[in-house]
Amino acid sequence: MEYRYKTTSVAIGSSNVLMTDIDIEPTDTVDARGAACPGPLMDLIGRVRSASPGDVVLLLSDNDQSLTDVSEWIDETDNDLLAVDETGDEYGFYVEVA
Amino acid sequence: MVRRVAILGGGTGGTVLANDLTDRLAAEIDAGDVEVTLINDDPDHVYKPVWLYVPFGQREPADGRRPLRELVDSRIDLAIDRVTEIDTDEKKLALRDAPGSLTYDYLVVATGSTLAPAEVPGLVEGAHDYYSESGALAFREELLSMTEGHLVLSVVGTPHMCPAAPLEFVFMADDWFRERGLREDVEITYTYPINRVHGNANIAEWARPLMDERDIDVETFFNAESVDPEAGTIASMEGTELDYDLLVGIPPHRGVDVVDEAGLGDRGWVDVDKRTLEAEAADGVYAIGDAATTGVPKAGSVAHYQAGVVARRIASEVRDRPATATYDGKTLCFIETGMDSASFVEFDYENPPSPAPASEKLHWSKLAYNESYWLTARGLL
Repeated sequence: MEYRYKTTSVAIGSSNVLMTDIDIEPTDTVDARGAACPGPLMDLIGRVRSASPGDVVLLLSDNDQSLTDVSEWIDETDNDLLAVDETGDEYGFYVEVA
Repeated sequence: MVRRVAILGGGTGGTVLANDLTDRLAAEIDAGDVEVTLINDDPDHVYKPVWLYVPFGQREPADGRRPLRELVDSRIDLAIDRVTEIDTDEKKLALRDAPGSLTYDYLVVATGSTLAPAEVPGLVEGAHDYYSESGALAFREELLSMTEGHLVLSVVGTPHMCPAAPLEFVFMADDWFRERGLREDVEITYTYPINRVHGNANIAEWARPLMDERDIDVETFFNAESVDPEAGTIASMEGTELDYDLLVGIPPHRGVDVVDEAGLGDRGWVDVDKRTLEAEAADGVYAIGDAATTGVPKAGSVAHYQAGVVARRIASEVRDRPATATYDGKTLCFIETGMDSASFVEFDYENPPSPAPASEKLHWSKLAYNESYWLTARGLL
């Protein structure tokens, strides 16, 4: 699985995601900031369950464990991890649903 | 002016809170300055941990039921009713049976978890559970007569009540079949949605070697997508399919719809500050136990400790003092590792769990606590 890893490319505000140099428009956003693991991954999986093929789900997490949890789960599925953004201690995972 | 406290839900959190708060504010209540109303849609209080033992024929659902009226202080107004609407702007509640509305100054949402097996096709028809009285009884009918075949426990939905209970069940089933000389004829498989056998990494790291030693097969990254009861198969989003003879599914959980309708959170879980337990979306509203999204387990010990925090906060606010009590994430949990041994964990937001060596003493401690739980509900322990 290949994905672009970028740093400080997205400013994650309280209600808006401000795109800078990643030009991906998510279909849906899951805000799991503040959740303990495996909460963020489970929130992502829950949203992918109800998504349609081609949808892009953006997962917001501030838990380091999500970096491995999400990519390892993606490897088990046909979904694609398009990009991971990092802003400070927060991460944005762009997942395209197969 | 009378200050009114409304508590939604008479489970562990709501009942402990009602008794704790009434004890703290007894003088104010007796003077008519404070009213505490506990609203529950069942006249009984239900202690759910009993259900784990029902499929093995060791307990009855009735062991986990007692009339709520017998458990709560007589100063508490107990309403056997159901809230149909929460208006956080006007600070009032609509009830299913009572006319008019109930106003509040402080509202505590302690509405717990409900099961949503219909979210996964085939789960209702194909899987048993021990997360409800009816589920545990139906499951008992099958488990007691099982002498061979493939027993699959699939954790389908998370978060779910009592995160340790799926591990406990497979450990107990392994021991139970082994003691009866049937283990070689019964294959046991445990599935979990993420890349380890439990959400908490420390507990997963402790449990996995035990499962391997005891020939409990494990499928991780198994997010059940559908069950085919006719074929006896369960399939995952990740493309794995398992045959089963007897399936136990830990179903997806939800809170109650009025939480979403009031704008307090999603799927019935109230978004809260994880230390003050105040709702993020409304003033004068708290949530405790399963209903609160604090990231800690949906477990009775959590509801118990959170109830104490909110009781202290509301008592302070009623007395016009700054509320300083906060929840530190404290969680206690006994974990059965067989029919006569158990481990124990204690952790909080800062300190991860370190499971104690399994022992018969801890097993009996768990059973003893289950008996003395009724003192907890009454606010005495």
